[in-house]
Amino acid sequence: MTKIPAISLRRLSKSFGDLDVLGVMDLDVGRGEFVSILGPSGCGKSTLLSILSGIEEATTGEITIHGAPLNQSGQPFAWMPQNDALLPWRTVVDNVGLGYQVAGRLSKRAARDQARLLLPAFGLEEFSRALPYQLSGGMRQRVALARTIAQGRDMLLLDEPFGALDAITRTELQLWLEQIWGVDRPTVILITHDVREAVLLSDRIYVFSDRPAQIVAEFEVPLDRPRTIEMLAGAQATQLELDLLRALHVGSGDTP
Amino acid sequence: MTIAEGGFRQPLNRVVAPLLMIGVFVGAWEIYARNSSIGDTVLPPFSRVAQAGWADRQSLVANTLPTLREVLVGFVISVIFAFLISILLDVSPRANRAVMPLLIGSQTIPLVVLAPLFVIWFGFGFFPKILLVTLVTFFPIVVGLIDGYASSERDSVTLLRTMGAGTLTVFGLVRLPSAMPGFFTGLRIGITYAVVAAIFAEYAGAVNGLGVYIQGASGSFRTDLVLAGVLVAATLTLVLYALTVLVQRLAIPWYTQSREVSQ
Ligand SMILES: Nc1ncnc2c1ncn2[C@@H]1O[C@H](COP(=O)(O)OP(=O)(O)O)[C@@H](O)[C@H]1O
Ligand SMILES: [Mg+2]
Repeated sequence: MTKIPAISLRRLSKSFGDLDVLGVMDLDVGRGEFVSILGPSGCGKSTLLSILSGIEEATTGEITIHGAPLNQSGQPFAWMPQNDALLPWRTVVDNVGLGYQVAGRLSKRAARDQARLLLPAFGLEEFSRALPYQLSGGMRQRVALARTIAQGRDMLLLDEPFGALDAITRTELQLWLEQIWGVDRPTVILITHDVREAVLLSDRIYVFSDRPAQIVAEFEVPLDRPRTIEMLAGAQATQLELDLLRALHVGSGDTP
Repeated sequence: MTIAEGGFRQPLNRVVAPLLMIGVFVGAWEIYARNSSIGDTVLPPFSRVAQAGWADRQSLVANTLPTLREVLVGFVISVIFAFLISILLDVSPRANRAVMPLLIGSQTIPLVVLAPLFVIWFGFGFFPKILLVTLVTFFPIVVGLIDGYASSERDSVTLLRTMGAGTLTVFGLVRLPSAMPGFFTGLRIGITYAVVAAIFAEYAGAVNGLGVYIQGASGSFRTDLVLAGVLVAATLTLVLYALTVLVQRLAIPWYTQSREVSQ
């Protein structure tokens, strides 16, 4: 790669005490690139995002953001945790506003005004005053995603955002994310264990092995943007899905 | 489910069922006291108690007000202290380890011992009463708050940290609101002890109050008035309890309503 990558990991590894979670790995993400990480559960995918967002420290290796060390880069990431982490006492608009309020240092009221502008694009306008317990799973994920966008960072870390949804809602939200992403094309790292989701949304896909996670394969996704559901039925997509599944099996030590 | 219908479903059942139970209790008391050989000095029927209480209402009210005042002032102080101590214990694990045994220890001293001691130390006035009310109601509120802070979602706290929030912001936006359900549980437990504690304190030595009233009636073998005083105390506790429930509904609708939906 000739350009300086937006995110660059060099010889990164992570252990919790005796537990080696991430093996030594190199990984790059270009500016405006949508990269997915596919791997079996428990292999350390969330841990990688924790390190990037500054919650955990890497055991070895270095991380650079646009060429500068991570710890001198402020907070370039907006993180969306695996569980949606909505605050049950905040209405939809105020949960979204949390991004503006905390990351953007606005007053609660100013944050709410900003958040209100964001709601239509997320299909949340009519639910603005609802509380989280009144929302469906798909709606909750939309709120969590809007809150992530509201943080106003260059880069998004999305941890299995659709993992807990039923298949129909999931596809709907994937297509909708594709559309949202197409507007500003932020740099994204998406964690998933859903092969089709990775194919549908990504420019590039890394496949992780079982713990300690290693990169077992890396694929470019040869599909045009904007992506459609029909593309998944094409020969290129089906071949890629097959390759990904094989790589996952190799990574988990099973024989297909 | 909309926000509007979430709150007060089936209000009839909520009020009617407990009233029915009270009615059954009072009815059974009345029938038993009238038909058994027990004399009126041991167990007068409810109607006698009500009559006697009504006839003596001036004195009853005059003695209820000071008790209510002790309860309210003691309880407010208790809540303030509970917040301060719980925040201290929350931010400092060391303080938690050091202070918690002391708090638990303070709860093991029987009221029967404490109340007369307070009279010896602080006299017959207002102060020893509110002190006892505070001491007794403070513990469940502190425990409710501490448990409440600990119930904060880890991911929510972490999320705020990744957004650049400091300890104070995390506390205000996540930990404190998370603690509200626990706080109100502590409040409800605390308020049921408050009236008893005040009466105990008055029993040990006071110029007026429900405790003094009951003690006086008991000394002159007016069991009907003793029971009238007890009924007033019980009603007072019920009303205060209902008030805390009401405040909880208004203060944390997100909690109360979401629980009603999931039931
Ligand atoms: N803070 C931590 N301390 C100790 N072990 C951890 C911690 N966080 C994660 N782990 C362990 O690291 C492993 C990988 O976890 P995680 O990154 O959440 O996996 P994934 O997201 O791929 O499912 C798991 O075995 C988990 O128990
Ligand atoms: Mg995970």
